[in-house]
Amino acid sequence: MYIIEMLNITKEFPGIIANDDITLQLKKGEIHALLGENGAGKSTLMSVLFGLYTPEKGEILKNGEKIKITGPNDATRYGIGMVHQHFKLVHNFTVLENILLGVETTKFGLLSMVEARARVVELSKKYGLSVDPDALISNITVGMQQRVEILKMLYRENEILIFDEPTAVLTPQEIDELMKIMKDLIAEGKSILFITHKLDEIKRVADRCTVLRKGKLVGTVDVKTTDAEKMSEMMVGRKVNLVLDKPEVKLGGVALEVTNLTVKDKITGKNVVNNVSFKVYEREIVCIAGIDGNGQSELVYALTGLSPSTNGVIVMNGVNISDLSIRKRCLAGMGHIPEDRHKHGLVLDYNLAYNLILQSYFSPQFQKYDFLRFNEIYKNSDLLIDRYDIRSGQGGRTPARSMSGGNQQKTILARELSREPKLLVAVQPTRGLDVGAIEYIHSQLIIERAYGGVLLVSLELDEVMNVSDRILVMYEGEIVADVDPKKVTYTELGLYMSGAKRDKLKEESA
Amino acid sequence: MDMFYFIVQQSMVFMIPLMIVALGGMFSERSGIVNIALEGKMVMGAFVGVLFLNIFQNPENVSDQGILLLALLVAMLTGMLMALLHAFASINLKANQIISGIAINMFAPAFAIYTAVFYLDGQFVPFINQFRIASVPILGNIPVLGPMLFQRTYITTYLGFLILVISAIVLYKTKFGLRLRACGEYPQAADSVGVSVAKIRYAGVLISGALAGMGGLIWIVPISSRFGGSVAGYGFLALAVLIFGAWKPMRILFASFFFGILQTIANSFTAIPFLLNLGIPSAFYNMAPYIATLLLLAFTSKNTQAPKAVGQPYDKGMR
Repeated sequence: MYIIEMLNITKEFPGIIANDDITLQLKKGEIHALLGENGAGKSTLMSVLFGLYTPEKGEILKNGEKIKITGPNDATRYGIGMVHQHFKLVHNFTVLENILLGVETTKFGLLSMVEARARVVELSKKYGLSVDPDALISNITVGMQQRVEILKMLYRENEILIFDEPTAVLTPQEIDELMKIMKDLIAEGKSILFITHKLDEIKRVADRCTVLRKGKLVGTVDVKTTDAEKMSEMMVGRKVNLVLDKPEVKLGGVALEVTNLTVKDKITGKNVVNNVSFKVYEREIVCIAGIDGNGQSELVYALTGLSPSTNGVIVMNGVNISDLSIRKRCLAGMGHIPEDRHKHGLVLDYNLAYNLILQSYFSPQFQKYDFLRFNEIYKNSDLLIDRYDIRSGQGGRTPARSMSGGNQQKTILARELSREPKLLVAVQPTRGLDVGAIEYIHSQLIIERAYGGVLLVSLELDEVMNVSDRILVMYEGEIVADVDPKKVTYTELGLYMSGAKRDKLKEESA
Repeated sequence: MDMFYFIVQQSMVFMIPLMIVALGGMFSERSGIVNIALEGKMVMGAFVGVLFLNIFQNPENVSDQGILLLALLVAMLTGMLMALLHAFASINLKANQIISGIAINMFAPAFAIYTAVFYLDGQFVPFINQFRIASVPILGNIPVLGPMLFQRTYITTYLGFLILVISAIVLYKTKFGLRLRACGEYPQAADSVGVSVAKIRYAGVLISGALAGMGGLIWIVPISSRFGGSVAGYGFLALAVLIFGAWKPMRILFASFFFGILQTIANSFTAIPFLLNLGIPSAFYNMAPYIATLLLLAFTSKNTQAPKAVGQPYDKGMR
């Protein structure tokens, strides 16, 4: 028996068929994965289910009966709830206020939350979703915010729960917890639609998996009897190398040497980066692993000049760059793929071509007598679009804001790598990207290794293990391990990352 | 002691309209719509209100409070009409809210003066100012509090405090208030749970128009007997009160009281012997409220939290 069926859904936008005759059937009590690359039509399909879009063709059935959904209120009435990828929570409301928003309980026209509060507490106990109902959203962790979103659905007595890429923002530990929560929900009779592009997560929790590619249905498979390679092939449309092809190379000279680097937090006065020293050699990918918030971001800000360091020396290629401006660091041969591509990576309202010259607009190649040379700028973008396979609607004139996440990231990658940096600092370069794009970015990092050193900051253990030549683990602002990915296990890394184990780092001899 | 009562009574005259207009701004901005059009809405409210008095006031019974209340209602409706324009431009057309506000601010005084000159042969619209209540029966006889709050007062003072209490309750204790605040902070959250952001924002802007229009008339009634198309920057001062008051009703009360006292000093320092004897040039007293505004905003605006989504048109599809 299917609890929700979407039959032969077709949704067109001007110039593109986002969903082409797609059928998705969710059984009661199953975890059903919806797999597809960015732009495959997953979000459109879910928007149809929520009544945000009206499909040209097709129908939606609940328990075999045809239903019509025209908005979030209808979806709630039919018991459909969703945890959005970007949480829909008001930051200065309490947990309880967020859960009640839209379904407030009142007495004599005034809000009355006593009974609602009791129900929330009861629900959170029943499903193991520990939250403090009176805490402000801005004061709780991302993992806890997600639990609030789940409670929102449970409070509305939704029975069909949609999770839109729920693990993208979580630490490995929080992911484990979420997987357990999802299984508990199923045990209580809920049905789950799980949107993702991470195969290992599907393998861990899902019963069946529907794969979309370029707006079309590829098929629905049983997860237990289908291996990960097969599913990724269905998603991408070709064989994908899940294991990277990485040739051995001989290390060169020192690309980056950091000595006793300390960054003090302005507000708390705590050392968020505490006396860190390490080296990155040419032709080496060094990966900084660790749970989010252990000083990785601050370390990168200090290296790239986004914020000043309190103490310590940074030498790149024999030049002391500790006090240089960001532009001078760039000119000295540093490339940076920032953590937040919208905030630090791109000017979203500029077009693609202008985003590609953000660090070189002042060079003679792109300006003469202080006037920009438009022909050169667009010639440059045509070249890079071609070389780095950036997909965009209007070539160099495409607004950056309208591009997909993967292509935005490729744009940054193209800009940074085309400058042939001696040191590339890449922070979570594959965050939120699909398998195809991840594979591409990893292969580019390995190509870049031939020209200089790469410092990769990553939260994904698979990425840490597959891509790097050496792993440094950061815990509470300090480097607690310097290990070889070939000799270390996932469990050991986990212990380092959680602070349960630390090495006495040997003094490196130059 | 008489001097103290005098200052408090005078402060009320300035404070009440400031507070009411700032509370109006609060409803608009906490729903996510910037409202720099408070000035224009005050002008329109005052103009149409005074025009109403000019036409319907009965010279035989000039101290009739009923006609004042009716005029306030007219001023409210006028403010709401202006707010409707602002709401339509900024919610339906997703126009820049600052520009829409400036348009209203430029339109209002021009319209008021033009209409006055056209129909009344003069820039000023006169009315008979006899609304002062010498002493409220019974309450006016209470020692200390009586002279402070219930003598030489206006009915609008009590209306102002009533509006304050109702505003605080609506904002914090009702369903509508919760939704209004959600729309100003993160409209996506409200939208995702089926709350219509557009409706809530319309409501917020309309309430602000009503209060600003009423505030315009409340401002002019005690201090003059004619209206000439200007509220002397009080709409902008109310905006400063709103910011200094951190978009919260109780803080707005204190902020407007503070500005009210300063304004009293500026306007009537000649009647206060202590200040007069200090020998400071009058220009300094007149400058005081405006300099205080500058300084206070410079030092406090950094730490106060504006509603996060204020000024951004809500677009469902935005990334």
